[in-house]
Amino acid sequence: MAEVYTSSIINAPAERVWARIRDFNALPAWHPLIAESRIESGAPSDQVGCVRDFRLKDGGRIREKLLALSDYEFSCSYSILESPMGVENYVATLKLTPVTDGDRTFAEWSAEFECAAGAEAQLIADIGGDVFQGGFNALKSHFGS
Amino acid sequence: MVEVRRSTVLDAPIDDVWRILRDFNGHDRWHPAVAESRLAGARFTDQVGSLRDFRLTGGERVKEQLLSLSDKNRSFSYAIVESDVPLNDYVAHVALKPVTDGRRTFWDWRSKFRPPAGREQELAQLVAEGVYDAGFEAIRALVSGAQRSSSLPMASAAGAIEGEAVVVRRHGGPEELTLVQVQVPPPGPGEVRLRHTAIGVNFIDVYCRTGYFDLLTPPAVPGMEAAGIVLDVGQGVSRLSVGDRVGYACPPVGAYASHRTMSANLVFRLPEDVSDEVAAASLLKGMTAEFLLHRVHRLQPGENLLVYAPAGGVGRMLCQWASHLGARVIGATSSPEKAAAAKAAGAQEVILPGDTSLETQVMELTEGRGADVIFDAVGRDSFAHSLRALAIQGHLVSYGQASGPVGAWDIGALSARSATISRPNFGHYTDTPEKVAEITSRFFEALRSGAVSVDVGQRLALSEAARAHRDLEARNTTGSTILIPGDNL
Repeated sequence: MAEVYTSSIINAPAERVWARIRDFNALPAWHPLIAESRIESGAPSDQVGCVRDFRLKDGGRIREKLLALSDYEFSCSYSILESPMGVENYVATLKLTPVTDGDRTFAEWSAEFECAAGAEAQLIADIGGDVFQGGFNALKSHFGS
Repeated sequence: MVEVRRSTVLDAPIDDVWRILRDFNGHDRWHPAVAESRLAGARFTDQVGSLRDFRLTGGERVKEQLLSLSDKNRSFSYAIVESDVPLNDYVAHVALKPVTDGRRTFWDWRSKFRPPAGREQELAQLVAEGVYDAGFEAIRALVSGAQRSSSLPMASAAGAIEGEAVVVRRHGGPEELTLVQVQVPPPGPGEVRLRHTAIGVNFIDVYCRTGYFDLLTPPAVPGMEAAGIVLDVGQGVSRLSVGDRVGYACPPVGAYASHRTMSANLVFRLPEDVSDEVAAASLLKGMTAEFLLHRVHRLQPGENLLVYAPAGGVGRMLCQWASHLGARVIGATSSPEKAAAAKAAGAQEVILPGDTSLETQVMELTEGRGADVIFDAVGRDSFAHSLRALAIQGHLVSYGQASGPVGAWDIGALSARSATISRPNFGHYTDTPEKVAEITSRFFEALRSGAVSVDVGQRLALSEAARAHRDLEARNTTGSTILIPGDNL
């Protein structure tokens, strides 16, 4: 089982950061890698179990299922149903925690998955760097530092 | 029920912060509101269930119990069990998380409690600001700045720990081994402080106690090997971290203790599949067997190998491993019982020198060829026999002197066999972390593959070290003996 963990500090209250990322269908609005997204079967994007079908700017297509959503914990978990990445049993969690000292946000994005042995290091680097850190960088520049 | 949540970000690596916070009883050394604190009800500060009994600078007494501690998550929980401040049913949780984009640390501190009616706001503010925020600022001052964090008196901030050790009061019998209370100093530069979980007992410890070996000047603590946990690390130590499960096997002596501060270079992490007890019972013997069979002599399949004391600690390991490597192993011992033990360990042949000399029996078993390699730790009484039992161009490895020093020999005598003699010193094969890593990794692999096995025959409390020595000297033991510190037996 491979594990990825990325975390960062975003210079805005957790409620505001959560408002920007809570919508399971809103990746194109805040994540630089994502071109377009839709929710399958016309489900609401906060219905646990809904599936988002999105396209990366480089053309890859990914389908992910919402496993858990908590407005109390500011967290969201999802699994990959279909992707060109070569991962199995991929489950990720994005979670925000308020930093009371300075009204900032501690953001964590982690994932566990299985893959071919030779591909693990590269996948961990790509997911932790391009996807997770890339998303945090976009949030940091949006909210200012 | 009132809930308080405070959090901050510290500009320091998470291990630097955890090193300080992990010491449940260490808060009087950094928290401005805590005057003095002592442990009650448990010996160790990282023992879940331990109580810290402390006094605030305002004079109030508080007693708190450690409910959970995780080096994996770098978190702990605790509850107030008695307090002059009415924080009823107070349970708190402290958690650190790394901020991976920049070497910073997120610190979350939260609690729930039930204050008396009318005092909710006052007490919530006291906890949030007087305890949590004040704690954040105190630690921030300690660790802020990358330059200062390495020179910080991290460990000295933690001070000396009270521990127990077995001391040899003067050279002599087992009765000279006495359990005493000791102060275990914080690690200096290049050092680590360990809490031992299991300690190995070896025959060399007896020689240190009696003074037969010149490795210990009383009063001093004997013992060559142990396993344990890293409690704190000194300046400049980057290879090991707080909470690592580690082992070591080497001089200097000092392993018969609940805690030990020593050079980090001698200590290595244990693989997950090697338990503390197996490590303490086997490291010294296993590392010795590794360098004897792979470095001092590079054993080849088919070689005739003679080993003395094949039922003893190193001897048994040599029999197992050499036979696994394809050598023909002959054991030389003194009783039918030990002969059976040697056979069980993989010796194909066992000889009991008596009416017929050792060399005659070895020559008979090898069709006149002799032994290609001999491992001899007997010394004075065996050396001449070993030389005569060697094959032409054979290799005599003299790695001990249980019966006394070998004495002065004319090397001209070696030409009768074109013999090679080695007199290896354990220290020269294990004096750098790189050498130790190579030796231990091959030994652990041999354990995994079943080439060698470890039998922990006796487990005794550290306070019973004298009994362990008596049993060892009376040959009343089977397999390895280990000592367990504290109340964990």
